[in-house]
Amino acid sequence: MNANQILDASGIAKSFGAVKALVDASLSVSEGEIVALMGANGAGKSTFVKIITGALTPDNGKVLIRGKQARVGSPAEARRSGLVPVYQEPSLIPDLDVADNLRLTDTPIAPFERWVKELGIEGLSLSDMVGDLPLATLRILDLARALASEPDVLLLDEMTAALPSDLVERVLKVTRQQADKGMGVIYVSHRFNEISELCDRATVLRDGQTVGDLVIEPGVEDRAVELMLGQRLDLAAREVNKTRGTIGDTPRVRVKGVAIAPKVTDISFDMFPGEVLGVVALEGQGQDELFECLAGFMPPTAGSIEVNGTTTAFRHPADAIAAGVKFVPGDRADALLAQRSVRENIALPFSARMSSWGWLKMRHERERVEHAIDRLQIDTRAQGEVQRLSGGNQQKVTIGRWLATGVETLLLFDPTRGIDVRTKRQIYPLVRELAEQGSSVLFYTSELEEIPLACDRAVVIFNGRVVDIIDAENADEQTLLRAAYGLTAQEGAA
Amino acid sequence: MSDIIKKNAWVAGLVALLFVLLVLTKAIQPSFGMSGLESVARAALPFAFATAGMAVVVIVGGIDLSVASMMAVCAVTAAVLMERMAGVPAILIVLGLGFVMGLINGGLIVLTRVPDIVVTLAMLFVWEGVALLILESPGGATTEWLKQSIRGSVIPFVPNALAIIALCVAVVWIPLRRSKLGISIYATGSDELAAFRSGVAVGRTKIVAYGVCGMFCAFGGLSLASLTGIGEPVPGPYLMASVAAVVLGGVVLGGGRGGLLGPIIAVLILRIVRTILTLLAVDPNVTTIIEGTIMVGVVMLGTAATLRGARK
Repeated sequence: MNANQILDASGIAKSFGAVKALVDASLSVSEGEIVALMGANGAGKSTFVKIITGALTPDNGKVLIRGKQARVGSPAEARRSGLVPVYQEPSLIPDLDVADNLRLTDTPIAPFERWVKELGIEGLSLSDMVGDLPLATLRILDLARALASEPDVLLLDEMTAALPSDLVERVLKVTRQQADKGMGVIYVSHRFNEISELCDRATVLRDGQTVGDLVIEPGVEDRAVELMLGQRLDLAAREVNKTRGTIGDTPRVRVKGVAIAPKVTDISFDMFPGEVLGVVALEGQGQDELFECLAGFMPPTAGSIEVNGTTTAFRHPADAIAAGVKFVPGDRADALLAQRSVRENIALPFSARMSSWGWLKMRHERERVEHAIDRLQIDTRAQGEVQRLSGGNQQKVTIGRWLATGVETLLLFDPTRGIDVRTKRQIYPLVRELAEQGSSVLFYTSELEEIPLACDRAVVIFNGRVVDIIDAENADEQTLLRAAYGLTAQEGAA
Repeated sequence: MSDIIKKNAWVAGLVALLFVLLVLTKAIQPSFGMSGLESVARAALPFAFATAGMAVVVIVGGIDLSVASMMAVCAVTAAVLMERMAGVPAILIVLGLGFVMGLINGGLIVLTRVPDIVVTLAMLFVWEGVALLILESPGGATTEWLKQSIRGSVIPFVPNALAIIALCVAVVWIPLRRSKLGISIYATGSDELAAFRSGVAVGRTKIVAYGVCGMFCAFGGLSLASLTGIGEPVPGPYLMASVAAVVLGGVVLGGGRGGLLGPIIAVLILRIVRTILTLLAVDPNVTTIIEGTIMVGVVMLGTAATLRGARK
């Protein structure tokens, strides 16, 4: 027990119906301490975060604030006790301007503006409507708002998930500074490099229980992964078994000189059957527009797209789908029917193809659906509604269903955002398997380390242009990062 | 400056449309003058209050199907009270009654978690029954000065009825809009989860918003009593008309966006259109078709303009 302890949650339990989300979770933070909260998807992290911040009330257990039992029944009460969260989804109101959002939480304006500058956002006006601002900016504003209210404990939930690298650095720096001044920080993240750089301790959750409390020191990653997974992983098994299909000779999709006003100026590349083509880009380099264009959401302003040798002009997503180009959006909620079962969601692309209805086909398709369910390792819950699955498992469904259906070209936009290490490592093989079946996969990820794990080649997009196409196999993170910043290898050597 | 225009573009457009329609009316009927304007404003009075109430609940992300019934309860209560006591205390009692009825609607929605549309549909019948219990058939009386107050014009070129709408709405809405409660109403309608996480007492905010709606319905009931001089227990055609004006007035169904000025101007537009069609001796059946068409057309044009603006 520490005299400077600010928050101490222990024995927290919470059930939703028959599902035990938390059994015995505990966590404590002292003044000046940054504690990482880690756990695989489904370990109960988000439930725990909600309980600590008052968004949910626990069935059991107690929360002590500065040694006194506290009843944190709502986010407003949590704020009053000095506990301010920055959630994964910004909690700013889209239809209000920035000033009204500050009034809503009684946040003083001057320190807020100071923090906004400190965190590297320029040219923000208090009369800007929040709904018009980009996601990365919103997250920074959310953090600035939290800091301006001078919290005792700051809770950051996947704070860096949607941020470009320069902003990530600022956030980490500011967090460290504030901790040095005595603020306690709970840092929820999947990113080991950030945790080892920033945190003092790590609390690890597994199956709703706190299974370990680690001091951050070199080599702690292995111990943390071990605790999260509940078993010793030998190093070899952590390497993704990268199967290679035969890559075809004729390109399935040729993107030639595509421009999409205003962000994309010149993008050209070929995608071959059996290939996973990575996209390396910092936030907002035009990759969003490129994917939307390839998926038929909007036409290019210049250039052409060829699919199987014919030039196509997608005017509607249906055109893209008819040409065999399927898009898996970054937001899982856009891709799934949340209230239907896993089984139905996997079978959905089948039933969407009206022409192939019939008895024999039905049986054949059912087998393939069953196979896909086995493959996804979420078997027992396949009858349940998709919305009851964790985010990582939902994402497995959005990708895995194309294994069952078969797909010529698949566009995956940041499929692993906010997903834990274990599920990520189950997603790469799914992607590889698709390629093995002969699909062409375009794979954008905001986490560069995934490029060599999942891709064959990678196009580097910087400022709306393709600046390089690199061999993903031999790309280390540093090379990729330099490329993403628009620095070529030659310049680096000079 | 351009920011202010941009944020109020919809209202500005409605004002322009209203002006065009007034000029058109004058062109069709050269004798249309102050008395014509006064009668349009008087007829608009109960519609405007129903619309103001509806706008508040739509902004908070709900809907209230019982506005017309609440107005009927308030109208008969006013007529019964005013037969027995002075005008001012009767008005205060009726306003309090409206507020409480609204709080009951909101409280039921928040506490039972039954969807707002279901709760207020049920309350539509409940309040209708209450109105008939208070006064079985049209009757009672309205204080004389109240009846006179909505006639004529004290301020030159501004009908009293219009001034009363402006005054009542301003007195209730402007302080509310500026307060933290007002921001909470918009926040709740815009994104309930984010509002909750920002520490807004979402449930309480909703209940108060329904209370404010009830109070506007009380104003509406009082205006009905003043218009007719008696209390009429059967609800008038204010439900659909108020939803129409709210939509036309730039309040987004689903919540979070819009204000009260737009919907009230929209009420005037819809009344003027009706006047014009009457002046042109258009078949009343065709009139409703034209009104509906105008609504869809204006909202479509407005949305297209907004989208184009956003793309730029």
